[in-house]
Amino acid sequence: MTSEDFDKDTASTIIGGFENRPEMLVQILHAFMDRFGWISDDAIRQLADELNLSRADVHGVVSYYHDFRTAPAGKHVVRICAAEACQAMGSRELAEHAGKSFGLDMHESNDEVTLEPVYCLGNCACSPAIMVDGKTYGRVSAERFDEIVATLDGASS
Amino acid sequence: MSTRIYVPRETAAISVGADDVAIAIARHAKETGASIELIRNGSWGATWLEPLLEVVVDDKRIAYGNVEPADIAGMFEAGLLTGGEHARRIGPVDEIPYLIKQDRWTFWRCGLINPLSIDDFSAHQGFKAVSKAIEMGPQAVIDAIKTSGLRGRGGAGFPAGIKWQTVADAQADQKYIACNADEGDSGTFSDRILMEGDPLGLIEGMMVAGFAVGASKGYIYLRSEYPLTFSILSRAIVAAREAGWLGENIQGSGFDFDVELHLGAGSYVCGEETAMLESLEGKPGVIRYKPPLPAIEGLFGKPTVVNNVVTLASAPNIVNLGGEKYAAYGVDRSTGTLAFQLAGNIKRGGLVEKAFGLTLRELIEDWGGGTASGRPIKAVQVGGPLGAYIPANQLDTPLDYEAFIEIGAMVGHGGIVVFDDTTDMAQQARFAMEFCAIESCGKCTPCRIGAVRGVEVIDRMIADDKRDENYELLVELCDTMEDASLCAMGGMTPYPVRSVLKYFADDFASPQEADQ
Repeated sequence: MTSEDFDKDTASTIIGGFENRPEMLVQILHAFMDRFGWISDDAIRQLADELNLSRADVHGVVSYYHDFRTAPAGKHVVRICAAEACQAMGSRELAEHAGKSFGLDMHESNDEVTLEPVYCLGNCACSPAIMVDGKTYGRVSAERFDEIVATLDGASS
Repeated sequence: MSTRIYVPRETAAISVGADDVAIAIARHAKETGASIELIRNGSWGATWLEPLLEVVVDDKRIAYGNVEPADIAGMFEAGLLTGGEHARRIGPVDEIPYLIKQDRWTFWRCGLINPLSIDDFSAHQGFKAVSKAIEMGPQAVIDAIKTSGLRGRGGAGFPAGIKWQTVADAQADQKYIACNADEGDSGTFSDRILMEGDPLGLIEGMMVAGFAVGASKGYIYLRSEYPLTFSILSRAIVAAREAGWLGENIQGSGFDFDVELHLGAGSYVCGEETAMLESLEGKPGVIRYKPPLPAIEGLFGKPTVVNNVVTLASAPNIVNLGGEKYAAYGVDRSTGTLAFQLAGNIKRGGLVEKAFGLTLRELIEDWGGGTASGRPIKAVQVGGPLGAYIPANQLDTPLDYEAFIEIGAMVGHGGIVVFDDTTDMAQQARFAMEFCAIESCGKCTPCRIGAVRGVEVIDRMIADDKRDENYELLVELCDTMEDASLCAMGGMTPYPVRSVLKYFADDFASPQEADQ
């Protein structure tokens, strides 16, 4: 994931790109995530100001959705599908394998990696599936998992 | 003349290497000076064969399956460009039994065309239904949908024609079409295959709906777990606008319609229609009380048609071919076709669009080829995380809405997840409650608290801590959630749980007990 520090001018430009429409808040937060990597208190304050919402309104949206982080993630985000179709193909074991290889539990991060469950990537005919930095992989055995991770810089423990 | 080669740009195909295959082909052609035209089509839905490459020889599309980048050089040497023999060669794509035995009403362009080419789309009946609808007039379009018997394909199965009529009859200065593309159920990917393989087909379906009910604006609410779909849909919307098929006064008809694409943010409950509307308004995806129905007071308080991707994409052919033609497929009140999705522990997973009425067994055995592991089937979950686990001895149940309700299950969005005999069903029951606890929007108590208590009770049963007492408690909890939850999240989470209690109660026993 590439992200940069929050800055007010960039944030303002992003919000302006959505014509300061408050109903675009979820979309704007996605754009913030893409640019800054997480949603800081400064970001929430500015969104409230420029969209004419209360900070509580904005916080409510940020905290409701799984996609929006309030702390930086590791350099790579590894998401293991934990829904039924992947469970039927051994995703529980794959999640365990992933946890061991990074030394992380689910929802934990270190500088390099954030490990998370995801509830369905829509790749259920190629289970088990994972998503690494926004790219979906299917038919992921433990060996294939290791191969994928080996291509990430700095991710292997 | 250059030889045309198709390699899908579709999430599942790419997830198993289709991009690398495309790159290998382009590189090899460049190195050897072979003249090729590489087209990135959608997937035909035979996902088990992905990456599925096709080469056009004498107007025939010859398929090669499970292609790996390392195969490419050898395939060229074996005469790929003339359809040469190779271990990966399957034969003409239109002779693959998995595909030709289907009833492709809604997905017929998926795989066939270049999804982002307005010309290719138009050459395959694209936009014909919009033009015809404008000739017919709004009420005739709604009547055709009613005649077809088309029901909501998102899972609820509500008659689309009645919904459209309600919105058409409502008086308002602005109405909306809201396409539900928040396909969150595990085991389902038909919306995705359609949006990636025929995005203009969905846009046309929304246009038909918009014209029929008097809506000038459509929204697509797409889940964020589908980044490739987002990119394809975005490009399709721009292409349609540039070609004058979206915007004001479309093709000089006086009909205005445009589409805005919104991304969800990882909340399962946003697939519930009112939570989706909240999210489209930029708010937390907390469900609304009904009534008022969205058809009367929907997005921004205006009359809104909320339909699933497949429902909307089924409409153009109903306009083109007539509602009677669609209604001729299927059984009883389940008319037409459903795009079933074979997933989980299955040998030949993929999409099977077929008229209602075939049995689960036909789908899983004839199309799916049984389990991927080769072991016996233990259970099949149909209709997503809120659907019941069906035991192997009920596989002869015909797939139609009413027959499934009769056995305490649901067809839903047509997702079929197969589990083999190594599955611990007590863990599956626990997961149903756990998932509800994670994804509950929190508005109503039975769902928000009930799901958490459900996990605890099941954990005690698994640990054999007063198992009989906790069994009673779990049944009572299921009753409460089912009767008192505001939406299907809490209201139907008990379905998979009860099915495990009913058919797989032995899985709660400790191994020692089970041996006795």
